[in-house]
Amino acid sequence: MVCAGKTPEIQNRALKMLTYLIKRLLEMIPTLFGITLLSFFIIHLAPGKPTDILTELNPKITPEARLKLEKYYGLDKPIIVQYGMWLKRIVKLDFGESFSGDRRPVMERIWDTKKPLLERRLFITFLINVLSMLIIFIIAVPVGIFSATHQYSLYDKITTTSVFIGFAIPSFWLALLLMMLFGVHLGWLPISGLKSMNYDSLTLMEKIWDRTLHLLLPVFVSSFGGLAGLSRYMRGSMLEVLRQDYVTTARAKGLSEKRVIYGHALRNALLPIITLLGLSVPGLIGGSVIFENIFGIPGMGQLFFMGVMTRDYPLIMGILTIGAILTLIGNLLADIGYMLADPRIRVK
Amino acid sequence: MKIFWKRFKRNKLAVAGGVIVVVLFVIAVLAPFISPFNPNDIDRKHILEPPGARHPLGTDDLGRDVLSRMLYGSRISLAVGFIAAGIATITGMLLGAVSGYYGGWTDRAMMRFIDIMLSIPTFFLVLAVIAFVGPSIWNIMIVIGFTSWMGVARLVRAEFLSLKEREFVLAAKALGASDMRIILRHIMVNSMAPVFVSAILGVASAILVESALSFLGIGVQPPTPSWGNMLTSGKDNIEIAWWLSLFPGIAILITVLSYNLFGEGLRDALDPRLWRD
Repeated sequence: MVCAGKTPEIQNRALKMLTYLIKRLLEMIPTLFGITLLSFFIIHLAPGKPTDILTELNPKITPEARLKLEKYYGLDKPIIVQYGMWLKRIVKLDFGESFSGDRRPVMERIWDTKKPLLERRLFITFLINVLSMLIIFIIAVPVGIFSATHQYSLYDKITTTSVFIGFAIPSFWLALLLMMLFGVHLGWLPISGLKSMNYDSLTLMEKIWDRTLHLLLPVFVSSFGGLAGLSRYMRGSMLEVLRQDYVTTARAKGLSEKRVIYGHALRNALLPIITLLGLSVPGLIGGSVIFENIFGIPGMGQLFFMGVMTRDYPLIMGILTIGAILTLIGNLLADIGYMLADPRIRVK
Repeated sequence: MKIFWKRFKRNKLAVAGGVIVVVLFVIAVLAPFISPFNPNDIDRKHILEPPGARHPLGTDDLGRDVLSRMLYGSRISLAVGFIAAGIATITGMLLGAVSGYYGGWTDRAMMRFIDIMLSIPTFFLVLAVIAFVGPSIWNIMIVIGFTSWMGVARLVRAEFLSLKEREFVLAAKALGASDMRIILRHIMVNSMAPVFVSAILGVASAILVESALSFLGIGVQPPTPSWGNMLTSGKDNIEIAWWLSLFPGIAILITVLSYNLFGEGLRDALDPRLWRD
């Protein structure tokens, strides 16, 4: 990063960026600790125990057998001790064994190394979220810029209206409508799962095409809400920047409008957008419960839903922790992006 | 106030939003009188009937009138929206005020706490807690409220930071007013406008969360009609009954849209920085 031959000032800046990043990384540890502590207490103190489900399913279960089971899971210990035990395992990335089903380790259910990458739950959710974020960014930024530079034009009014509607549409309803239109009435797109029944008999190209078709609706639905929000913020941010003195200066210098917007204004207008994109990660991950449920996608959100229904503490905690880690990574990447885009700390 | 009203009136969309907000209130209150049918009356002879003269918006898989269920559903949405947003606003105001007024380690701890709350995929947490404590309408309101106060807290904190050094506050302090009195009587009243706007917008987002929870089956439980759980039966009958998926969704869309337009209109009218023209 720091090369010889550059001026000491630039070296200094690079060093500053590096120390800042390390500081941010270290700050993530107490935040993550706080998140897990808070989640653990909320989940465990909420009324109802995982063993209640067993009792409901099998009323003949004796209180002794129930106590034995609670002991087996460690649920009889004080909650702080339980958290300590959980924390001890977590540093080894061991989320414990799932309470329900076949009692497999949580990690194996989320990231099954025996399956191909495309079939692992965490990867599926991750893939859809990353694709959504890319689409949000690629579409929202130009839409916002154009709206801002053509303020009050017909185009601006149309996008502003669509943004308001986009904000108000429940994503699951949009999913239903699209399923009805493209899946049921037109029959163009599959409405459930990630691949067709005859997937194994397809050629490579057909396989890729099949997967793409299955991903189309889920990715569109999960990016829709963010799309509306981000293009609105991009418009606002661009308008704000275009009012600044240095933009007036650039115009007064006689630069073309293109240079003014893309050379001077864009970088500054992007800064708050990058932060927002980072902040949108928890929303996207949370939304995955909804669309994975609707489209029958075997991802982490669907697994979380199953975990919640069976009060599977280790599974719930495991997914919450992974979600929080993804969020923190998203924020960190946003910070790095912020530094790369910020003209004030540009390293030439 | 006069300038505010003049500015607000000029924003046609915001006025329209405000009118619909009022109309929705009236509908919710009058639901028993304007519904053509009892929302829970099962009619096995008229199952999944498309919209027609007898049932303007059709019937569901148990032969219940969709329009009547939607009218009753508006009660649920508004109740959840208002109470959840109320809880979020009061919590946010309290925490934000304490944080901004006292500063120091209280403030630092509070900001950390907010960072933590914002890093948890809250929908996951809401889902888990409601599934555990049981999906009653009160639990939904409380859980949504306690997971969406962070924005208000930040807003109030920022207002307090900028207002607490102002002359009128210092004067009140010099006169020996108690902390409580300064917080409530001098600073809070001056930061009410943005808080009110964010509460209105909060109603909209709480309605969205409730509908999503009900759609997933862990929100308002049938037979109580809510727009979210009506859409669940829309999904189950997606291949035969388009009206079950369409109408409740439009109701959510219009409601949320009106609250957002109304809220944003208020914000623009209240923001002195936009008073240039």
